Amino acid sequence: MKQARVAFAGAIHAAEPDGRGGLRLADGRHVSEEQVVWLAPFEPGTIIALGLNYADHAKELSFGTQEEPLVFLKGPGSVIGHRGVTRRPAGVKFMHYECELAVVIGRTARNVSREDALAHVAGYCVANDYAIRDYLENWYRPNLRVKNRDGGTVLGPWLVDAADVANPGNLELRTYVNGKLVQQGNTRDLITDIPGLIQYLSSFMTLAAGDVILTGTPEGVVNVNEGDEVICEIEGLGRLQNTLVSDAAFGRGS
Amino acid sequence: MSNVPMEVAPFRLSGRVYGTLVNHRSALQLIGDAVTAAPYKAAPQAPVLYIKPRNTLAGPDAVVVVPHDVDELEVGACLGVVIGRTACAVSERSALDFVAGYLIVNDVSVPHTVYYRPSIRFKARDGFCPMGPAVVARDAVPNPNNLRINVSVDGSPRQSVNTSELVRPVAQLLAEVTDFMTLSPGDVLAVGAAAPAPRVRAGQRVAIEIDGIGRLETSFVGEAP
Repeated sequence: MKQARVAFAGAIHAAEPDGRGGLRLADGRHVSEEQVVWLAPFEPGTIIALGLNYADHAKELSFGTQEEPLVFLKGPGSVIGHRGVTRRPAGVKFMHYECELAVVIGRTARNVSREDALAHVAGYCVANDYAIRDYLENWYRPNLRVKNRDGGTVLGPWLVDAADVANPGNLELRTYVNGKLVQQGNTRDLITDIPGLIQYLSSFMTLAAGDVILTGTPEGVVNVNEGDEVICEIEGLGRLQNTLVSDAAFGRGS
Repeated sequence: MSNVPMEVAPFRLSGRVYGTLVNHRSALQLIGDAVTAAPYKAAPQAPVLYIKPRNTLAGPDAVVVVPHDVDELEVGACLGVVIGRTACAVSERSALDFVAGYLIVNDVSVPHTVYYRPSIRFKARDGFCPMGPAVVARDAVPNPNNLRINVSVDGSPRQSVNTSELVRPVAQLLAEVTDFMTLSPGDVLAVGAAAPAPRVRAGQRVAIEIDGIGRLETSFVGEAP
């Protein structure tokens, strides 16, 4: 099953695809994709993100082998849904998308083994984990000014039930900017795979339902500009759309 | 955390806690000239933040487990600013208008000396963020930038510092942080611990006292085999 959370006609609704290109709300109404405001498909708890978890991307950024997964945390305040807009501050030189498989925890996980790990997963969605490299500093990398900006964590469109994803370890990822393919990878190339991540994380922190792991991005990150439309797509999970907008749209700048 | 009383709006904590690294002058001083050497290459230009996730959150009189593979933990005694209303791109001048009150944050860490890309294992273990004892209303705290913080371990004084030594005082910190991330009602921003942080072992009890805010006690125990 695929489930979205959308705002429509004064309320927030659970919705699913209606099989004819639109959405069916839980209360029976049929609406088009454009009629609703898409929220993240679940309310995120702790947001855990991976740096350099694809060998090709690590190479792209000149990183050697790692002793343990490079994990950082993000706040739920940075989250927006499908078809949203993200601010690109004037004057920055390198702001980029990162298409990532998001693994949503469904059941409390503490000291979970590799073998049992996937039983703790509720489902999957697409994530676009924006970064602005201009702000990168060498203290607690990647610092929150790079990675935890308002509108910088795009999740959706759907939460797809784990039962409907036959092999999360073999899914194609693609990003398109203004229709042009710019990033491509496959989750089979994860340095630490999904069971490994759940085993590692749950060895020191209890994961709870709603916590989400953004599993990292493959190579192919390029700068995006104001007005660009970015679509992150994962096989079987959907296409997550976002548009970059200027400071002016947020009443910023002079 | 749910047992931290809060008698001012929004009357409850959101469960989102952000911490600030090297925002007490002593923390930068302890790093010394290494600040400009690799891997840092420069002193921080913007606030350096980290997140204490929800599995770390605890209240007054919490019991923190010392992992079996470490001897000691660090006690990061911090003033915590509790947000009262949505704060996005606030000016330094108006920043305190967005504050509901203050509490004590015991930011517990596994000791680590390199701040380049530390593992979250050091700060994100279950129970590593006791807070309390209660949220004290903003108006009851005349100046958050002049509060004495005393830390004792088993009754012996171990650290005595003051929030007057912050690199970025509370209002400036809020202005710079909310420039890129909105803080919401009930969010907590810990403004930064002094260094060197007191260290504790299993079996010890820590008390953090902040002038006008109260006293937060935390016990440390060994990990069950």
